[in-house]
Amino acid sequence: MKERLVQMEILRYNPDTDTEAYFQHYEVVCQEEWVVLDALNKIKETIDPTLNYRWSCHMAVCGSCGMMINGDPKLSCHTFLRDYAGVIRVEPLAHFPIERDLVTAPDDFMEKLKRVKPYLIPKAPKPISEGEYKQTPAQLKRYHQFTLCINCMLCYAACPEYGLTPKFIGPAALSLAHRYNQDSRDGGRDERQEIIASKEGVWECTFVGACSEVCPAHVDPASALQQIKIASSIDWFQEHLMPWGKK
Amino acid sequence: MAKSNKPIIWFPFAAGGTVIAFFIPVIVLLTFMAALGYVPTGLSYDSMRAFAGSGIGKLVIFGVIALSLWSSAHRLRCTCYDFGLRADTLVANVLYLAAAAGSIATAVYLLRI
Repeated sequence: MKERLVQMEILRYNPDTDTEAYFQHYEVVCQEEWVVLDALNKIKETIDPTLNYRWSCHMAVCGSCGMMINGDPKLSCHTFLRDYAGVIRVEPLAHFPIERDLVTAPDDFMEKLKRVKPYLIPKAPKPISEGEYKQTPAQLKRYHQFTLCINCMLCYAACPEYGLTPKFIGPAALSLAHRYNQDSRDGGRDERQEIIASKEGVWECTFVGACSEVCPAHVDPASALQQIKIASSIDWFQEHLMPWGKK
Repeated sequence: MAKSNKPIIWFPFAAGGTVIAFFIPVIVLLTFMAALGYVPTGLSYDSMRAFAGSGIGKLVIFGVIALSLWSSAHRLRCTCYDFGLRADTLVANVLYLAAAAGSIATAVYLLRI
């Protein structure tokens, strides 16, 4: 197997000792077919055990190794060294506070995720004796794509609106709200609309589309947000111009 | 949290975006062809004028122009905001007034045909 000397510039920050973050340069021999996460692991194992970063599955499923690689939000387990020449710059995910080195605090996203109620809220209670819920392939197709989100937060790091307006609920949380709104078993849309049809909800989005470009799971959050905008607009016209049609 | 009234602005913006996507490239192409002297008979000055003179023609032309102007004004407002121009109320008023002025001018010219 071919080996290569990889040069990396990694953002370091230790809240106990550093007043501000700085870049540290590393040189590490890697296999040509490795991903950035492999290089980080080798640095930690052989050069600098103090380096901190999150990872778990190493197969683009868990969503925990998101970081900025040469300025782009990427999963480091899904980013091949062979696609980069020269010094590779690795930084923590943009728009999130740094906890230590490449580890960021995801609290803001977690809190927003909770607010949009990303779980099934049944229309009416249904006892188990009445049997299972059935869905047609067409009903499944309406929301399936939005179930693929792995909560990696790359879309938040890519979204300029979230960077400008941190109150914005953001792409992943809104897409997950949409995922349940589109589910034929769900009856919770009115509850979710109170959050997602507010100014800080879907209306902060200006359809830049960066979320869909960086999404490693091909969820296409921008499409979910556009669909929410259309549905919320129809709601608005029904509520304000057709009061007789009000639920 | 209160639901936003943004749909009043966004819905015509989205409609305008659709109109721009479907009509404007065709209009640009036809105008370009006309400039080179290739005018299909159905699009001659006389038949276009007759179209603009009819009620439905006026409505279609007004719809295309007014929605496109509104959509462009709103897109420009968002772009200004994204590029760091944070005087949003001022920007919105200037751009929407420009779109309204263009729409009123369109209505006036159409009614004079």
